[in-house]
Amino acid sequence: MITFELNEEQTMIRDSLKGFAAEVLAPAARAIDESGEMPAAVIRQGWDFGLIAASIPEAYGGGGGERSCMTNAVALEALGGGCASQTVAIMAPGQFVGALLDFGTEAQKAEHLPRFTGTEPVAAAVAIQESQFGFAAGAQRTTATRKGNGWVLNGEKRLIPLGDRADTFLVLASEPGAAGAVSAFFVPRETAGLTVSAETGTQGLKPVPKAKILLEGVELPGSARLGGDAGFDAARLVNQARVGAAAVAVGLSRQATDFAIPYAKERVAFGEPIGKKQSIAFMLADMHIECESMRWMVWKAASLLEHNDPGAAKAAVLAQDYVRRKAVKIADDALQIFGGHGFIRDLPLEMWLRNARTLTVLDGPVSV
Amino acid sequence: MADFRLSDIDQQILDKVIEVGNSTTAHTRYYEDHEHEFPPARLEGERGFEEVFPLFGQRKPDDTPMMTFMMAVSMARGSTNGVVRGLGLAMPAGRASGLGNAALQSAGTAEQKAKWGNLFLAMSITEPGAGSDTKAISTTARLEGDEWVINGDKIFVTDGVRADGAIVWATIDKSAGRAGIKSFLVLKDAPGFELVRKEKKLGIRASDTAAYAFRDCRIPRENLLGDDETVPKGGGSAAYKGVMKTFNMTRPAVASGGVAKAMGALEFARSAMAAEGVEVDWDKSFAQRGAVEQKLIEMEADTEAAALTVLHAAWLSDTRQPNNLESSICKAKGGEVCRTIPQAAMDVLGGMSVSHDHLVEKYLRDGRISDIYEGTGQIQRLIIAREILGYSSEELT
Repeated sequence: MITFELNEEQTMIRDSLKGFAAEVLAPAARAIDESGEMPAAVIRQGWDFGLIAASIPEAYGGGGGERSCMTNAVALEALGGGCASQTVAIMAPGQFVGALLDFGTEAQKAEHLPRFTGTEPVAAAVAIQESQFGFAAGAQRTTATRKGNGWVLNGEKRLIPLGDRADTFLVLASEPGAAGAVSAFFVPRETAGLTVSAETGTQGLKPVPKAKILLEGVELPGSARLGGDAGFDAARLVNQARVGAAAVAVGLSRQATDFAIPYAKERVAFGEPIGKKQSIAFMLADMHIECESMRWMVWKAASLLEHNDPGAAKAAVLAQDYVRRKAVKIADDALQIFGGHGFIRDLPLEMWLRNARTLTVLDGPVSV
Repeated sequence: MADFRLSDIDQQILDKVIEVGNSTTAHTRYYEDHEHEFPPARLEGERGFEEVFPLFGQRKPDDTPMMTFMMAVSMARGSTNGVVRGLGLAMPAGRASGLGNAALQSAGTAEQKAKWGNLFLAMSITEPGAGSDTKAISTTARLEGDEWVINGDKIFVTDGVRADGAIVWATIDKSAGRAGIKSFLVLKDAPGFELVRKEKKLGIRASDTAAYAFRDCRIPRENLLGDDETVPKGGGSAAYKGVMKTFNMTRPAVASGGVAKAMGALEFARSAMAAEGVEVDWDKSFAQRGAVEQKLIEMEADTEAAALTVLHAAWLSDTRQPNNLESSICKAKGGEVCRTIPQAAMDVLGGMSVSHDHLVEKYLRDGRISDIYEGTGQIQRLIIAREILGYSSEELT
């Protein structure tokens, strides 16, 4: 049944997170971006909403709520409407937890999930991105080679959110000779052969803590493979990440549009507000149209992913493609409406453009 | 919770709509050779929608709400190759399916609905000097005894040739602007009414388009839609607003026609290129795709986004929520993809796509109207901009 109705819980989450995004995240966004440091307090405040633990079963000490991609999409859009960087810093562990819930063996769940149910924020990270240009998540260069009952990993992963502090990495790698089939492996930070180092910095999502990891003959037991012998549906995880980033970008787009509207009414040129000129008014109309259109694309993809519908992969690619084109254009147009002021770092416009571009080219530092 | 999956029966209905809609190719030359003719009830080999309707009886109360689902049906139907009738305005679902009927239903009195409900009514608003700028309407109506006397010219009357009559917009007080505009039911046998011509068009050639002249055209006093003869001070009358509300119902429907043509062109390009060995692999990343694959993805994403705005506007209506802004949004999107997607399909397909051997050029010509009638894309953006900026129609022109 086609319906655009959110359930009571989703409406509540959306409303409370929107308030948090507007009152806490947005006002702090510029200073955090300039400093390049993510305050621990932000991550803690985000953690206190219980979003990460909500869908962990009670058996592991979690909230026992439904594991819902749709709910996550709503939460990510709401938070993204305040600050994309802080959203990623808060929600990145959810990507790790979501992968466990969807694909983990009982033993893997029992080992990892209880850590995420406490009051202290826990950092764990999924490592998808690699250093080559033209990166494709389905064609990992990091390799996982069988050795006895275990595995040996070699390669390099980049731009890992919360990688500087993560206690465990879930590393995507392909098995040579197995038609490039992608698996994921739990790699504790202290594992021999794993080197974590700092990234040089990024255009957008600048204050999101990131790291790169080098894997040199990292030996892992067979139990380290996500999903055990069965492996897991890597495309589904990557699509959840793409749609997660798209959801944040929808929030960002809405934020940029809502910021440009009052300015267009205030800014006077040639004797009247620029909002009364169709050249500006129509830009704003298109921005509004696309904010709405993007949201439904993300919702549809998230909903189909949630139900593991056969159409989910396609819907995710379509949502990613659509949001990639529209969110960057909206952030760019919002900047244009502000003219030179948009280029100056006093206002958030240039930051939103960097964040929109970054969010929509990564395969997603957060997941639905 | 938000959901985008169709129930089994709804999927069956859409599949059947497409199967029936694809049952004939007799249209391919028909619409070129028979312009201005009323299409026959059935073309050779054409199957009818009577095959679909019985399935509706199997729908359950918790299926997709009706208007939302009908938009999905409309998009599916309009995308098939058997649609000689253009954009689906003449779906053989009874005669009372004109745009004027929608106006009657939303603005007529109970008595008027009962009296005229079975007529096929066109909507007659546009004039040679007034399109989307409806307050510039110069057709007048003046009361003489128990009759309204109408004078003026109307153009672009969809279904105006074969309709029984039309809902005609005319002003009873030019000085009052919009508030003076009323809608009148004019039947074709009214004295002083003339069907001036049938237009020749780029597309939707099986949908007729008429021009009317009214020269001291006399109609009964009770033919004023909504039966309100007053001209309120300051702003639009309730009746005017009532008629404008019609657009909240008709814009999603018209947008669905535009999306349908995008879907048809996309499906044509997709299957034709698949036959040539080029298919989208949904598991690939951006850098692994060829240019044609990427273009097909963008076409599909644009089409899907437009379709979702149509479904959303309809769903708001189904759930009794305001959808004024959303009906303009979906009309803008439907109008956009009806142009860009058939154009892009022809890019992908190359030179032979222009041939009348194939349907894809027809999708472009038939779809093109969707960004014009029922308010151009520019008017929709004006409406949206006024709404989000909080400007009146006087403040943002």
